[in-house]
Amino acid sequence: MAYQIIDSCVNCWACEPLCPSGAIHSAQPHFFIDRNRCNECDGEHVEAQCASICPIEGAILDRWGVPANPPGSLTGIPPARMRAAMAEIRSR
Amino acid sequence: MQLPVIGRQVAQPSEGGCSASGCGGSSDHLSHLPQSIRDKVRDHPCYSEEAHHHFARMHVAVAPACNIQCHYCNRKYDCANESRPGVVSELLTPDQAVKKVIAVAAHIPQMTVLGIAGPGDPLANPERTFETFRQLSEKAPDIKLCVSTNGLSLPDHVEALCQHNIDHVTITINCVDPEIGAKIYPWIFWNNRRIKGRRAAEILIQRQQQGLQMLTERGVLVKVNSVMIPGVNDRHLEEVSQVVKAKGAFLHNVMPLIAEAEHGTFYGVMGQRGPTHGELQSLQDKCAGNMNLMRHCRQCRADAVGMLGEDRGGEFTMDKVEEMIIDYEAAMRERAAYQQVALATLEAQRKPAGEQRIPLTALGGRKRTPRPMLVAVATTGGGVINQHFGDAREFLVYEASPMDVRFIGHRKVERYCGGGSSSGDGESVLQKTIAALAGCEAVLCSKIGYEPWEMLEQAGVAPNGEHAMEPIEQAVSAVYAELVAKGRRRDAAGEEIFLQAGT
Ligand code: SF4
Ligand code: SF4
Ligand code: SF4
Repeated sequence: MAYQIIDSCVNCWACEPLCPSGAIHSAQPHFFIDRNRCNECDGEHVEAQCASICPIEGAILDRWGVPANPPGSLTGIPPARMRAAMAEIRSR
Repeated sequence: MQLPVIGRQVAQPSEGGCSASGCGGSSDHLSHLPQSIRDKVRDHPCYSEEAHHHFARMHVAVAPACNIQCHYCNRKYDCANESRPGVVSELLTPDQAVKKVIAVAAHIPQMTVLGIAGPGDPLANPERTFETFRQLSEKAPDIKLCVSTNGLSLPDHVEALCQHNIDHVTITINCVDPEIGAKIYPWIFWNNRRIKGRRAAEILIQRQQQGLQMLTERGVLVKVNSVMIPGVNDRHLEEVSQVVKAKGAFLHNVMPLIAEAEHGTFYGVMGQRGPTHGELQSLQDKCAGNMNLMRHCRQCRADAVGMLGEDRGGEFTMDKVEEMIIDYEAAMRERAAYQQVALATLEAQRKPAGEQRIPLTALGGRKRTPRPMLVAVATTGGGVINQHFGDAREFLVYEASPMDVRFIGHRKVERYCGGGSSSGDGESVLQKTIAALAGCEAVLCSKIGYEPWEMLEQAGVAPNGEHAMEPIEQAVSAVYAELVAKGRRRDAAGEEIFLQAGT
């Protein structure tokens, strides 16, 4: 039962001070969550704190390995639009 | 062609009153402010257009976390509130930041203000921000401290800001209407939850306004920044301006949205355009009212070091700073000496209140009033024209009229020279530069090459290298008087420069 930070994390420090169980550590190449300490904010907050402030879609996974913030959920950019824009930039 | 000269009597720009030159002229930009604020901002590089030729500020990036999302920001890069997007700052610990500031202050006596801005929101990282301020106010008491914030947690930190003797606070306020806010801010983090939509904007707006009021009640200088987003808040910003000034903000600064798809921001990817120079200028005119002293804001990079858009950051990377040995006591004495000289220069260049910059006799005693004209200037600082056209990374734009010369803004360009062959062909860079100078009718620089000279002339911009090392405003008025005297300038529509008196 734990959340997980993956390599799309940009090391912005937002999550670290919020974790009620002290499970988040700054590290290289990116922040990480100590699986043994993370209790998914159970009994502390309704929502997982790290996932509620993280600005990067996909950087935090829940216990099932599913992005807590899926593509488009934070930026409001429809994923298809994002893909099209990135493809256009690459082809320049 | 020759212009009709009707009579020989000296023309008045308009009848009676103080419009000719009285009321301090608009180049004494501070005349409308109460004395206490005037004293604070008069020699402040961030607020006084004149002062920023002689003084500089720097930023350190110590506070990367943020508690909101703005649609013009991609958090993989810096905070767009205070910096050009797409340039990542060197993230420093408070100890490192203090070392760096002291090193810069010891080497660049012009550096008088230290700001903590993006990336991130300094007040969403209060420990790191206040630790930096605490150490600096102890170790470098001659440096003014400032902070920029999105405002969400501002009310919680007003007391701490007062305790640390913060010189001024910048709040980025893009709206006072939550409907509009919902189109600018997709979410905020508030009371342990992520909140989206209109409710998020409502909370943010309430907190910004509360923070603004708390600060002004305590006598702290507050500047408000707004990002102009055409079709979203452009019409709304005049109202924002009135609201924030009524609450005591001493300055409202409108900045253009910068949005490119490659920044990966919502606005960039969705094709939201930024304002044109003209749109920005006319909104700035409306919002500034008589507070037009902030036109020189350069949205400097968060960790920029140096003056006037130059960046000497490369000389002060952390590994270099760690090796420096600094006697700050001695540095402080040198800094004080430099600043005294700079202040004297500033005072000498300052136009005496009420004096007319362009003598009307120089305009040939015509019955008609010349219309205002935009003039671009290349300078590296010091308040004089001292930069080669091809070296300029930006041009300062001044508006010359028979009444005054006033600073309008700056236009960023790519350097035409010095890029070597790697930077692609000079011609297209030059074309971009000329496009960036749209609306300007003359460009003043210390020197200019033959090729750009020709292209500028073709584009209807008069190149001029005859005023090298002269004070900017003096040179601009001289060139204006010259062009008017020649009487051959036409605007884009082929309209003559002269307007009927009184129109
Ligand atoms: S889910 Fe909660 S406990 Fe787990 S790492 Fe995130 S903030 Fe900490
Ligand atoms: S908030 Fe997200 S991006 Fe920032 S450090 Fe934590 S996991 Fe990384
Ligand atoms: S406040 Fe600054 S760092 Fe935060 S989202 Fe807005 S622009 Fe980005």
